[in-house]
Amino acid sequence: MTEFHGWGRYPRHDSALISPLAPGEVASLYDDADGRPRAGLIARGAGRAYGDAAIGDSATVVMRGLDRIRSFDRQTGRVTVEAGLLLADLIGVAMPAGWFPPVVPGTRFVTIGGMIAADVHGKNHHRAGGFGDHVETLTLALPDGQMVTCGPDHHPDLFRATIGGMGLTGMIVEASFTLVPIQTGWISQRTVVAPDLDRALAALRDAAEATYSVAWIDCLARGAALGRSLVYLGEHATPADLTARAGADRWPPAVGGRFTVPLDAPSMMLNRLSVGAFNALYYKRGARAAGQAMLVPWDRYFFPLDGIGDWNRLYGARGFVQYQCVLPMTAAAGTLADILERVSRAGHASFLAVLKQLGPAHGDLSFPMEGVTLALDLPVSARVLALLNDLDRLVVAAGGRLYLAKDARQSPATFEAGYPGRDRLRRLRHQIGAPGRLSSKLSTRLGI
Amino acid sequence: MTANALSKTLLVIGGSSDIGRAIASRYAVAGWQVVLAVRDVAAGTRNASDIAARSGRAVPVHRLDILETDQFAAMLDGLPVLPDTVVCVVGDMGDQARSEADPLAAQRVLRANFEGPALFLGMIAERFAARGTGAIVGISSVAGDRGRASNYIYGAAKAGFTAFLSGLRNRLAGRGIRVVTVKPGFVRTRMTEGMALPGPLTADPSEVGRAVFRAAEQGRGEVIYVRGVWRPLMMVIRAVPERIFKRMQL
Ligand SMILES: Cc1cc2nc3c(=O)[nH]c(=O)nc-3n(C[C@H](O)[C@H](O)[C@H](O)COP(=O)(O)OP(=O)(O)OC[C@H]3O[C@@H](n4cnc5c(N)ncnc54)[C@H](O)[C@@H]3O)c2cc1C
Repeated sequence: MTEFHGWGRYPRHDSALISPLAPGEVASLYDDADGRPRAGLIARGAGRAYGDAAIGDSATVVMRGLDRIRSFDRQTGRVTVEAGLLLADLIGVAMPAGWFPPVVPGTRFVTIGGMIAADVHGKNHHRAGGFGDHVETLTLALPDGQMVTCGPDHHPDLFRATIGGMGLTGMIVEASFTLVPIQTGWISQRTVVAPDLDRALAALRDAAEATYSVAWIDCLARGAALGRSLVYLGEHATPADLTARAGADRWPPAVGGRFTVPLDAPSMMLNRLSVGAFNALYYKRGARAAGQAMLVPWDRYFFPLDGIGDWNRLYGARGFVQYQCVLPMTAAAGTLADILERVSRAGHASFLAVLKQLGPAHGDLSFPMEGVTLALDLPVSARVLALLNDLDRLVVAAGGRLYLAKDARQSPATFEAGYPGRDRLRRLRHQIGAPGRLSSKLSTRLGI
Repeated sequence: MTANALSKTLLVIGGSSDIGRAIASRYAVAGWQVVLAVRDVAAGTRNASDIAARSGRAVPVHRLDILETDQFAAMLDGLPVLPDTVVCVVGDMGDQARSEADPLAAQRVLRANFEGPALFLGMIAERFAARGTGAIVGISSVAGDRGRASNYIYGAAKAGFTAFLSGLRNRLAGRGIRVVTVKPGFVRTRMTEGMALPGPLTADPSEVGRAVFRAAEQGRGEVIYVRGVWRPLMMVIRAVPERIFKRMQL
């Protein structure tokens, strides 16, 4: 038995560890060495889901040994990769050849399998959809030991259930998709200052044409400044943009791991005072730089937190939860104000608070819907968990839902209310013999 | 990537292993032509296509079983060019208890870790000596530095391999041929899967790749421990008197 936890380091569970080393081994893992069927398996990528999605009910299948690039066509940008490949690795190979993944989340230390299973969204969801929208085919090891290849036109039901399906339809072994061409590794970034929530939402809406958009929100601001934000818009820079910056390396290398958090920080390090001071400074500095476009290297634009190794330890030994909800456009403004108000009033310091605009998604269990998503990090405590239960009610009332890849604590009722595609997924799970065999702590907790 | 490096060829014996893959990748990044020799061609092809996709250069795969010593000459003759560097990563830890009970199992471990690699690298050495250039890298083990109760069959084979490499280095000194012995210590690989490994003593395969390249191509060391802490550690372990060592049951 090995103790597993997600990126939030809460909750922690014991699960048996299984590490396949080749694609051909995966399908046979559904039975143990004596040929007896195993129960309660789930695939795990890099463990960047915050909560309990990647912890098997009884055994966890770590897919990192499957990290080979099978093919990469430098003319068309089409790649076929094994599911345990790290996004960081793919970017390292693709970028110098002029290609970039069509969708990336906020960290590059995720696997391609994990990106498909969570149908991850990037700062371009409003235009590009989720990562799942770009998958052309994927190979899946089903619970009956069969390997199938599916895609939008091939076993579409299985495909739709697997995109965003949190590993509950099988283990993804390989996937093919096409990268997008880029001319440099820089992002031309423009900052829009939004002094309150309404103007933040308006700025995101007005930015529908921007390739990338995301808002950092000061979740401790109150009163008239409630929801004040810096909205970052980004475009892939061209070589012409670079001439302004003398000596700029066309493909800047990743600066990863400048600083690693060596120990669990005392949990009081991130308190109202320190985060409040940071937020105020950050907002001021951002406001000063607003207007003019600036060049930002790709890794700092897409993965600002990756520069600090193990930053999840900043929240102390008890861990933290990320609260990420999406709200349909019509209800977004009112409900967001309500949520921010309550978080701010409770005085909980969220070091990271992000707003993004999302478009529709295609997986049965995909998180995105047309609307706005808010993400907050909060240290685990009885008070925080109680506060989040209150926020759940607001989200459900607004017709929104919580992101399963971030979840560690929502109730089955909140899940049921938020995911209309759940029954279709359940039916498909029955068809393929998944119930009992494929289950995570998350799926058991929520009754998926 | 220099024009010179582009014309160079690396042959990895045991190219389907994690360490073999890491070494091959390090060379491919530097612009070398990489060739893999493997027992299991399907597994080797998986590594080869990965390295090819990353480097943009095809990676040929040849079949070679280190126990089939009579096939070595034909395999070498079948290569389009004599490589510039040969790295032998082959190894089989076996199972100590089984090796104690079953001489055939012990023989397999001895042959896979000593006889096969030594004979193959010996043949390579002859061809390198005739040409007057080349580098030979043998991946040995700290297990060969002193026999321990828990793995002395494997350790004895590795000790033999270490001694072979040392003798070869001695013989070829000053003749344009570099012989490098690598003792990786603990590495996160198939062999150590599922074991609890001491962090500071455990290297990633990519560290082994970098260390091999530094030693063989940049002339930085001839007998190397991938993680430096192993050197003083093994010095101490070698120095413990037998009378005490035999009671330690390592
Ligand atoms: C700092 C940070 C920023 C983030 N930013 C974003 C963001 O902007 N947008 C976003 O959408 N997400 C974001 N995430 C969440 C992250 O993208 C997802 O949790 C992603 O699924 C993690 O991938 P992983 O490889 O670590 O998977 P894991 O965490 O190991 O697993 C996640 C889920 O995928 C399943 N899974 C993994 N591999 C396979 C496989 N081979 N076959 C089948 N199922 C599999 C698991 O069962 C589990 O349900 C962020 C996470 C962090 C830590």
